[in-house]
Amino acid sequence: MSPTPLGYLEAAGQRAQITLPLTWLTLSISLIVCVVIAILLWLGVRRARVSGGAEETRAVEVARGGNGLRWIGVGLSISALPLLVTLVWTMVALAKVSGPPGNTQLTLDVTGKQWWWDVRYDAVEPDRTFTTANEIHIPVGVPVLVRLHGADVIHSFWVPKLSGKTDTIPGQTNVTWLEAARPGRYRGQCTEYCGFQHAHMAFEVVAESPADFQRWREHQLQPAPEPVTDEQKRGMDLVEYRCGLCHEVRGTTAGAVSAPDLTHLMSRRLIASGTLVNGVGILGGWIEGAEQLKPGSLMPNQNLTAEQLSDTLAYLETLQ
Amino acid sequence: MKAAAYRTPQVGPDSVAHQARLLTLWETAPGLRGFFSTVDHKEIGIRYIITAFAFLLLGGLEALLMRVQLAGPNRALLTPDQYNQLFSTHGMTMIFLYASPILSGFSNYLWPLLLGSRDMAFPRLNALSYWVYLAAGIFLYAGFLTGNGPNDGWFNYVPYASKDYNPGLNQDFYALGMVFLGISTTVGAANFIVTAMRTRAPGMSVNRMPILIWGTLTASAANLVVVPAVSLAFFLLWMDRQFGTHFFDPAGGGQPLLWQHLFWIFGHPWVYAIVLPAMGMVSDGLPVFCRRPVVGYSLLALSTVATMILGFGVWVHHMFATGLPGLGLSFFSGASIVITVPSAVAVFAWLATIWLGRPVITTAFLYFSSMILLFVIGGVSGFMTASVPVDWQLTDTYFVVAHLHYVLIGINVFPVLGAVYFWFPKMTGRLMDERLGRWNFWITFIGFNLAFLPMHLTGLLGMPRRVYTYADGMGWDTLNMMTSVGSFVLAVGVLLFVVNVVKSLKSGALAGANPWDAPTLEWSVPSPPPPYNFAVIPTVASRHPLWERRLGEEGVRSSIDRGMLLEEGRETIATTALDAEPDMVMEMPEDSFAPFLLALGTAVVFVGLLLKLWSLAGVGGVITLLVLLAWLWPRRDLREREPAPAPPRREALHG
Repeated sequence: MSPTPLGYLEAAGQRAQITLPLTWLTLSISLIVCVVIAILLWLGVRRARVSGGAEETRAVEVARGGNGLRWIGVGLSISALPLLVTLVWTMVALAKVSGPPGNTQLTLDVTGKQWWWDVRYDAVEPDRTFTTANEIHIPVGVPVLVRLHGADVIHSFWVPKLSGKTDTIPGQTNVTWLEAARPGRYRGQCTEYCGFQHAHMAFEVVAESPADFQRWREHQLQPAPEPVTDEQKRGMDLVEYRCGLCHEVRGTTAGAVSAPDLTHLMSRRLIASGTLVNGVGILGGWIEGAEQLKPGSLMPNQNLTAEQLSDTLAYLETLQ
Repeated sequence: MKAAAYRTPQVGPDSVAHQARLLTLWETAPGLRGFFSTVDHKEIGIRYIITAFAFLLLGGLEALLMRVQLAGPNRALLTPDQYNQLFSTHGMTMIFLYASPILSGFSNYLWPLLLGSRDMAFPRLNALSYWVYLAAGIFLYAGFLTGNGPNDGWFNYVPYASKDYNPGLNQDFYALGMVFLGISTTVGAANFIVTAMRTRAPGMSVNRMPILIWGTLTASAANLVVVPAVSLAFFLLWMDRQFGTHFFDPAGGGQPLLWQHLFWIFGHPWVYAIVLPAMGMVSDGLPVFCRRPVVGYSLLALSTVATMILGFGVWVHHMFATGLPGLGLSFFSGASIVITVPSAVAVFAWLATIWLGRPVITTAFLYFSSMILLFVIGGVSGFMTASVPVDWQLTDTYFVVAHLHYVLIGINVFPVLGAVYFWFPKMTGRLMDERLGRWNFWITFIGFNLAFLPMHLTGLLGMPRRVYTYADGMGWDTLNMMTSVGSFVLAVGVLLFVVNVVKSLKSGALAGANPWDAPTLEWSVPSPPPPYNFAVIPTVASRHPLWERRLGEEGVRSSIDRGMLLEEGRETIATTALDAEPDMVMEMPEDSFAPFLLALGTAVVFVGLLLKLWSLAGVGGVITLLVLLAWLWPRRDLREREPAPAPPRREALHG
């Protein structure tokens, strides 16, 4: 991954690539203006031959003179050109990046929730839709339509390397779109303040070749595998009985939807909405200490016995 | 303010006996009685300034705590709840309890002195606006100190602010406190507008008003229009929370975006309202140290007004990411780019003033002139956010945090500190220490830029704002450490300022009436000014009455030592709105407890509403009503009802 995963001075997707030159234009204009004004100010102040206080001030007689209005006239004339260029460029870029293109081939429904992302892959056939969380896979080179829904409070959907922000607002559906230019993992982040764990509401977009994407999609459509060992079976019972109050594991009786779908939990690189790197050890820590790792999160500490925990992890490990 | 019967005020020279008579008329009683009843604009102005500075220091301490938390990744000094209340309270404090009141304080103190008048148009209203500000500030901080501070940022988006997601008292304190504070802003704004329009010295036509007057007048006009929007928004929020109305609740047909529109139609003009008066301070203060009149007076005045008018058409640039249609966005984007033009006018006018003058470097000059650069930095970053596609990347990152701090510290705090160095001698009779002033300035300047210049890059590297911590490996660690170090350097600078104020109060060199040889009317009266300001009402014939002779202006003679005596009571002169021709004698009210009691009664109402003690709110309402009755009861001596038979010497002014 990039050394600055959320930096937007490099672009890997269509919308970010259209925006980036405009960002550099405005940034350059800004820097030049600051430098020019700083130099003018510095030279102007250096003309002062007196430094001191009230007495020194009084000692210099007042006088008027010079064509001050010319300063304003010249200054405004010079400023007008970059302003005009920026205005026109802004409108052109806005037209290119705002509306989704007509040829989107994939539609996602993304819902921002305190404090994670629910992602539903839409399909014409109902049995081809599925739900996942916090990790969005998209094929490279294809515009993807993202419908943004609000569930609780306002959040904002942002994948800086691919595209700017769009809010998810309760009561309305906003639309944005992504098109990755090259494969990679791109970090996303909620950018509208949404409460205790606004800081830990990240996600990842995985852009991959259409073939890889298709494989991933087929795999995600599968329900959870049957448990094999006794340990896994006991683990599944626990998951159904306890985790199933909030989470869904397709193919089991765990079917609640108020927390991230766990059907293919272990296929995701990160857990807790981009906060922790997924793995059996970390997962165990999360199950037992979510309240400490992400204070305010709705995931309660489970207080399992050592045996229960190892059973649970044994089962969760199979959710590839 | 009431018009006396027509009579021609006596015109004459200043004299010791005359001053003694005015003193007995205008002096505030000593002790607690005077403290709670004074309506002297100078007293009120200084209270405003001190209170606002106290809030600035509080807000600064909150910032330092946050900067310790953010100095490195994954730090756990503060819990998320503590951090969220801190950043929200910091914003509320700096924007509502410091930035605007400090300017009201300076304007309160300076306006009648700049205008050649003896007080504001409505002195009791002036006192009310201070007491309400103080009470609302205490109300809001009572929430924070009991762990119920605002926790949804200063712009407080719903639904997070609604009861479902925010069940505590936090939002009730904030919502009611903001409605309460709105009363202060509103009556203050009305007072400024009437004062500017009606109490200028004879001859001070609108094109001779100091730019500070233009700044505060424009800001006040805007406040009258937009404060109702935010008061309404907070009131509706309170209704949603208390009575289950659905103004912002989508489940009941409400609209979360309604909040954002109501807030920002207020919020963006407000941003200009808290910088335009400060820009006015620079426009008036800088030329004194450049030893020449400001360049482009008319353009500066017009650009002040133009900024405000355009400022009404840019609020949606806070909402570019809310999914509004592109066509609508493009208008607001265009307006936000165009609004840089009047700002550019001001920048070039100030630069030209320095270049065409003979600058003398003093601490005040350093603050005023460095503000030009900080203003430009804050301005160009604002220009970047005006471009919609760019803003979709910049918004809600630390780039915006850097931008707004350059705007608020650069265009508000720096001019205000400069203004203290400049007007402190007028307020106290003593000069501030220039040597300590240099240390104060440079440490503040370096600390500020060290803290906030790298923050632009933090934002460009993607750090979202309002996060209580951040992961390592994001590329933000070094930059955040720089910001934290810079914030402490800045704090040292501010501390030196406080030291300088305290030291200079005790042992500063005596200033005399006009230590800087400045051109405007406030410098024609003793330092500190007597309670009645002007022994005789001056007549003004140019923009810079104390310089006009030396600038060789032909045939122009302002009259400072001779003018209307107005010594039959607390009186000053009302003039016409544009040309400032003498119009009528105004009877000014005496000191009164009514403003204090009214603020107290209103505070009781708000405490009752907060705690849902409806009977307490009722008691407060009765107190409020009774005080209002007493205040507004028509009185003979203010000529609010049929006067006593007129003495024969009173005759019509205009025949």
